[in-house]
Amino acid sequence: MAEARVVGQSAAGGRRPRIDPVHGIRIVTVLLILVGWELLARSGMLFRDVVPSLVSIGGAIGVLLADADYYRHLGWTAFEILVALAIGGAAGLVAGLILGGSRLLGRAFEPYLYYLGPTPKIIFFPIMIMWFGVGPASKIALGTISCFFPIALSTAAGMRMMDPVLVRVGRSFRARRRQMVTKIYLPALRQPIMNGVRLGFGIAVIGTLLAETKLSNRGIGFLIINSYTTFDMPRMYALLILLFVLAIGANALVGRLAGGDHPR
Amino acid sequence: MTMRARKARDLRPAALGLGALACALAAQEIVIRLGLVNRFIVPLPSEIGPAFVRIIVQEDVLGRFLMTAGEALAAGLLLALVGITSGIVLYRVNLLRRAYETWIAAFASAPIVLMYPLFLVIFGRNAMTIVMMGFAAALPPVILKTIEGLSATRRVHVNVGRAFKLTQRQLFTKILLPSALPTIFVGLRLGLIFALINIVGVEFLINFGGLGQLINDLAERYDLPGTYAAIGFVVLVSIVFFDVTERIERWLRPGS
Repeated sequence: MAEARVVGQSAAGGRRPRIDPVHGIRIVTVLLILVGWELLARSGMLFRDVVPSLVSIGGAIGVLLADADYYRHLGWTAFEILVALAIGGAAGLVAGLILGGSRLLGRAFEPYLYYLGPTPKIIFFPIMIMWFGVGPASKIALGTISCFFPIALSTAAGMRMMDPVLVRVGRSFRARRRQMVTKIYLPALRQPIMNGVRLGFGIAVIGTLLAETKLSNRGIGFLIINSYTTFDMPRMYALLILLFVLAIGANALVGRLAGGDHPR
Repeated sequence: MTMRARKARDLRPAALGLGALACALAAQEIVIRLGLVNRFIVPLPSEIGPAFVRIIVQEDVLGRFLMTAGEALAAGLLLALVGITSGIVLYRVNLLRRAYETWIAAFASAPIVLMYPLFLVIFGRNAMTIVMMGFAAALPPVILKTIEGLSATRRVHVNVGRAFKLTQRQLFTKILLPSALPTIFVGLRLGLIFALINIVGVEFLINFGGLGQLINDLAERYDLPGTYAAIGFVVLVSIVFFDVTERIERWLRPGS
């Protein structure tokens, strides 16, 4: 990033390296937060360990990263999210292609998706437990319904905005339905589908992890709520920090794959 | 085409949607009554209807709704105050904007709601945790949309203001703010939707508060028709909220 570079600047005849002010503000902000945090932790104003010292949080991060058990739980969560994304993504893609391809079906059923999309999905968790049990299947199911809506809506909107010339070219070559889907629709819909996947991925992460915090004995969500119930605050902070780093990194990666703008 | 035929044609999609929904419910009723699906896993739709009335009468749905609405309102006020103010400050101080805007955008994609155990430790198991959780999760879009709205003000409008020798305050209140208001409202609407989602979600997760707690209570009592009815009620509230705010947004942005 150009802003983040330390730029050479000639000052009073000599070349003295100068920090970009934007970079400087960021460094100062981070330092202020860290110093403020440490002072608060040592002040005794809050209950012990509510704000643990940076040393203990750093130590907890180190312990977590060296713990094979952490990677096992991370593997479970990643597995649940990926399966949820695969099922919800495939279902959303098919639904989006059907609803976007038919004016009548789109107008009949899309309002349901449009209005159900912004409802809090975690409230469906009791139903998912009834249907799929208390194991990983209910978390996968919640992740699936979480990511289904953005992918379906984005694909349907992309279908409607697709250049009709592309469809006419496919038809003039007498392409079959399957060929139309694989050769025309999917390549032309890459951007809206990837945008939907990006949105869906973020929501699937939240849905799956929240379900793990509610009722589970494995996964990162379980580790977080377990640290809370045992009041192991440094470990909980460490888990949250690592989770945020992973989630923001994964979102940026999916955003880059989508070929869109800067990750949001 | 006659007016009547056109009207009938316009109603076809809605009729198809409602018809499909009715068929799905009827099919559910039949397969459960035939014993193909266990009624202790999926309740009969004919039991869910009366359960709606039951939860309204016995479970104080109105009181719980008002509690959730109150939490959402408190989070919304905080969002408007902190989010819009932060957006204005970042717009006016370009250096701060360049330093923090990407951070705020990164936070918008972070699963902030997962910090609820942390908020429980800091604020305790009470309404404050729920309000703060809704506020924190919904803050980034409000700030980002405020910056976007103010930045999108047409240069010519600002120049007209300068030609009239408006002071900085007048320039802001007479030109920048009115021009940015529709986009700021979009951010506020997004923020309120995120806040409501998180508030109901956290109520359910920590078993405290209004509608979210009701679903958790009913599920723990294994009252399946009641659970389904309560979920239906929350979905209905979300739809009404989403629709009303969307109408206000359309009113503010007639071209959108």
